[in-house]
Amino acid sequence: MGLELLVASAIGILTAAGMYLVLRLRTFPVIMGISLLTYAVNVFLFASGRLTVSAPPILTDATTYADPLPQALVLTAIVISFGMTAVVVMIALGAYLGANDDEVNDPVTDPDDAVEKAT
Amino acid sequence: MSLFLIVALPFLGAMLPGLMNNAGRQACAGVTFTVTLAAFIGLLTNLPSVLAGEVVTTGVNWLPAIGLNVNLMLDALGFFFAMLILGIGLLIIAYARFYLAREDNMGEFFTYLLLFQGAMVGIVLSDNILVLLIFWELTSLSSFLLIGYWKHLPEGRQGARMALTVTGMGGLGLIGGMLILGNIAGSYDLSVILQNRETIQESPLYLPALLLILLGAFTKSAQFPFHFWLPHAMAAPTPVSAYLHSATMVKAGIFLMARLWPVLAGTPEWFMIVTTAGLITMVLGAVIALFKHDLKALLAFSTVSHLGLITMLLGTGTAFGAMAAMFHILNHATFKAALFMSAGIVDHETHTRDIRRLGGLRRLMPITFWIVTFAALSMAGIPFLNGFLSKEMMLEEAYRTALFGPYWLVPALAVLGSLFSAAYCFRLISHTFLGPKRDDYPAMPHDPGPGLWLPPALLIIPVIVIGCAPFLAEPFVKLVTAAVLGDAAQVPKAYFKIWHGLVPALYMSIAAVIGGLVLLTIFKPLLKMWDAAPRPEAKTIFEAVIAAAIAAARALIHGLHNGAFSRYAAIAGVTMIAVGYHAWTTGTVGPATRTAQPAGPVEIAGWIMLVAATCGLVLMHRNRLLSLILIGIVGLMVSVGFVFFSAPDLAMTQITVEVVTIILLLLALNFLPNRSPIESTVLRRVRDGAIALAAGGATFALSYHFLLRDAISTPISEFHLANSYKGGGGTNVVNVILVDFRGFDTFGEIIVLGIAALLIYALTETLLSGPVRARLLNRKPDQPRAGNMHPMMMVVLTRVLMPLVMLVGFYIFLRGHNEPGGGFIAGLIVSIGVVMQYMASGFSWTSARLRYPYHGVIGAGVLIAGLTGIGSWFFGKPFLTSDFTYVRIPPFEKFELATAALFDLGVFLAVVGAVMLSLESFSRLARRAHVKDSEHPMDIDPSREEIDPADPASPKLEGA
Repeated sequence: MGLELLVASAIGILTAAGMYLVLRLRTFPVIMGISLLTYAVNVFLFASGRLTVSAPPILTDATTYADPLPQALVLTAIVISFGMTAVVVMIALGAYLGANDDEVNDPVTDPDDAVEKAT
Repeated sequence: MSLFLIVALPFLGAMLPGLMNNAGRQACAGVTFTVTLAAFIGLLTNLPSVLAGEVVTTGVNWLPAIGLNVNLMLDALGFFFAMLILGIGLLIIAYARFYLAREDNMGEFFTYLLLFQGAMVGIVLSDNILVLLIFWELTSLSSFLLIGYWKHLPEGRQGARMALTVTGMGGLGLIGGMLILGNIAGSYDLSVILQNRETIQESPLYLPALLLILLGAFTKSAQFPFHFWLPHAMAAPTPVSAYLHSATMVKAGIFLMARLWPVLAGTPEWFMIVTTAGLITMVLGAVIALFKHDLKALLAFSTVSHLGLITMLLGTGTAFGAMAAMFHILNHATFKAALFMSAGIVDHETHTRDIRRLGGLRRLMPITFWIVTFAALSMAGIPFLNGFLSKEMMLEEAYRTALFGPYWLVPALAVLGSLFSAAYCFRLISHTFLGPKRDDYPAMPHDPGPGLWLPPALLIIPVIVIGCAPFLAEPFVKLVTAAVLGDAAQVPKAYFKIWHGLVPALYMSIAAVIGGLVLLTIFKPLLKMWDAAPRPEAKTIFEAVIAAAIAAARALIHGLHNGAFSRYAAIAGVTMIAVGYHAWTTGTVGPATRTAQPAGPVEIAGWIMLVAATCGLVLMHRNRLLSLILIGIVGLMVSVGFVFFSAPDLAMTQITVEVVTIILLLLALNFLPNRSPIESTVLRRVRDGAIALAAGGATFALSYHFLLRDAISTPISEFHLANSYKGGGGTNVVNVILVDFRGFDTFGEIIVLGIAALLIYALTETLLSGPVRARLLNRKPDQPRAGNMHPMMMVVLTRVLMPLVMLVGFYIFLRGHNEPGGGFIAGLIVSIGVVMQYMASGFSWTSARLRYPYHGVIGAGVLIAGLTGIGSWFFGKPFLTSDFTYVRIPPFEKFELATAALFDLGVFLAVVGAVMLSLESFSRLARRAHVKDSEHPMDIDPSREEIDPADPASPKLEGA
């Protein structure tokens, strides 16, 4: 079994699990799903530099290095995704505390009624 | 005066009437008049150059990369229209001053009027078609405001909406057409486009461009089948009708056709479409106008008819037709504006515009009567008035034009149009002013003051002067015609004369006038027939179309956007998979160029842990605490994977982020229910599972394929590896990319991070100031609390660790340029150190010892990073150019000083501030009313004796 297969299948499994959880009906599993999707996307981006073992992009006398650019991009992506997760969690929390209900979907009503009530 | 100033004056002046509103009506109208007069005089200063045949141009390059330059030009055509717009504008302003009632907000009116005026002047002076489009849209918007000026009238609002919808739709088409035209010609400058007649007419895109441009012109100029909005726009105050619908806005479409005449006209397509539309509009408008009882509706349809006449003349594509069109624009503007203003006077004085309730006004309103008589007879085409001259030119042109085979078709229709035109003009005079005096007028009519009658009376002067001495207008009209024709054709030799001899046009003219008189005599039976005949009502059709469009939009939106997040997510997921599948099946995949690297047992074990944790998470996601632990394992394995695949920086970032994320989620879980209930049906879960498997399979296939293939071109990271040390002064290429090569990206990212943190803070504030606050304060924890909230061991340990953590953070920060580390990672490490203090010693204790607010830390970070970037400006380098040097202070070894380190400091501070602000906000929610925040770091302190076991607020009793 090759490393490439391991990494690719890990990306696939993380995506599938993330996608399934994103489609759940409560906020917490959806947040978990988004986190899993984040892992999948980060690893996917990282893998676009191809897999290199034992050659970190720290300049030495070596001749081959891992591709540094995807690493730099993923590094900021990891930090940004923390910010995003925090915001999503905050929104979920606000919604739960405000409505005492952590469902992600709006209750099924006729949107026209909602508009009329709002105005 | 500079062309810029002429265009800008009305816009700048538009602020004044609103400001002067409190200074009284006189001041308000006066300032508007002055502004327009200034622009008018400015225009006249350019008259000598225009008369000399020069084209005055000026311009600034705004966005040259996309061909958008604010280029203005003034040739005879532009001058002609600008003169009409500003000159008639002056009369209208004076008229409106006396027309508007005391309750009308005059400042608002004149502000709209000046906005409109500026937009119109902008259209006729634009040299760049993109700029022209902007002004074009501005006229649609400002005319919407003007037509709907009387907001209390439903007809006004409906008319304004209809006008905006129709002209806005045309404007959209025009944008498309102009962009195509610019693309064919290779420039968006009119002066260049006008030189490219052959290229444009030979292009396969000529027809689509023509259709779209004509859509814009026809909607604006109310040509069939878009003519219906103009009569409904008559709900506007009369000065607006007189201005917009006689001289200016509806002429914008005509102007556009004239402007683009050299490149668009002369082809069979142009001839067929434009002439046909013009002819139909001319006849249809004239026929409907005859049977309208509302004075303004009659004039509106007559305007439609005359616009059709001009369009038809432009459509023939001959130089003579163009000249006749220009002449008629001038004549129509004079008599039609006078007629509209007179209709307003009648309405103002008698309180009705219904012709059936009028009649016999000749003796009561003699001045108005004479104004209307001259203007209407001119419109009917009676000799010695200017309308006769251009109408005869039109008939002559029609006589020479053959459309769809039979040679008599165009002349016959032209005569028919003129005949009805003469009839409604005669009806306008006789049914309003002639006949016996009545005693049932809604108000006692009398002539108004000179403020109202003088403006239309001034317009009668050119009507008569040009009518009697056409040679006075001839040089100017020929100059304008030359500007229209450009290089495409020669100005015709024909002279403007009243008597041409016994030519066919004369017979046609006589036939029209006599026919008109005949029609007037048999008007009553005709009206009965007209009323009995079934006719489609444009407004009903329009409203049905709009209602259908709204219903369709509503059905679409409700189908897609019903407030269910799951549905949006599913739609997005399925769409992405479908698009990816399409790309996959239509693209090509090369052979594998890389060999798979063998995986040892340790790697496989790591993979198994990752997969097991992920699958476990999906299966047990209802237990929320367990799922947190499982996702922690996933994060850990991903970090380990980064280490293994030569990405130490990523591994350090991932593991530190993992820590703060888990703390954050734990804080959130404090409030949320511990379990997710089972809600979705089996069917739904199967469906979601299928979508998830498709997504997983797709990403797997995609990543497996590219992992086994080399990049199709050399990665740009070769450059980064080669220049990291030479140019950036660091050996850790990832860090050098972050702070140097792609520093601007990083700068943006720390700003985003800071904004996210501020957003969380703001949401917390909103929650805590709303009704949620009480619930939060009084909430009962759903699980028993530990007896000791701040264990002594933990407090001591975290305090001992704190300096150590800071040291590690400092070390990681400093070595970042050359070894794994850097601002991001150091920031996260330090944050963890501070969070530990919160967790161990309590919120109040830690906050009390906080020297700087986190907002400030974020701000300082962004500011330091930004200033570092700006610093390079002082050395004449672009933003964020970095520099470094090596210095040696004697007892130490040589070390490096880089500006990038300063930038990294900014990153560090922003990350610390953002992470801490988010976590702090969450923990603020966790404070409760009945649990006093301890001022002390530890709950149990043998040296303290104030704890009272009877005190319910004592933290010791919590959870007991």
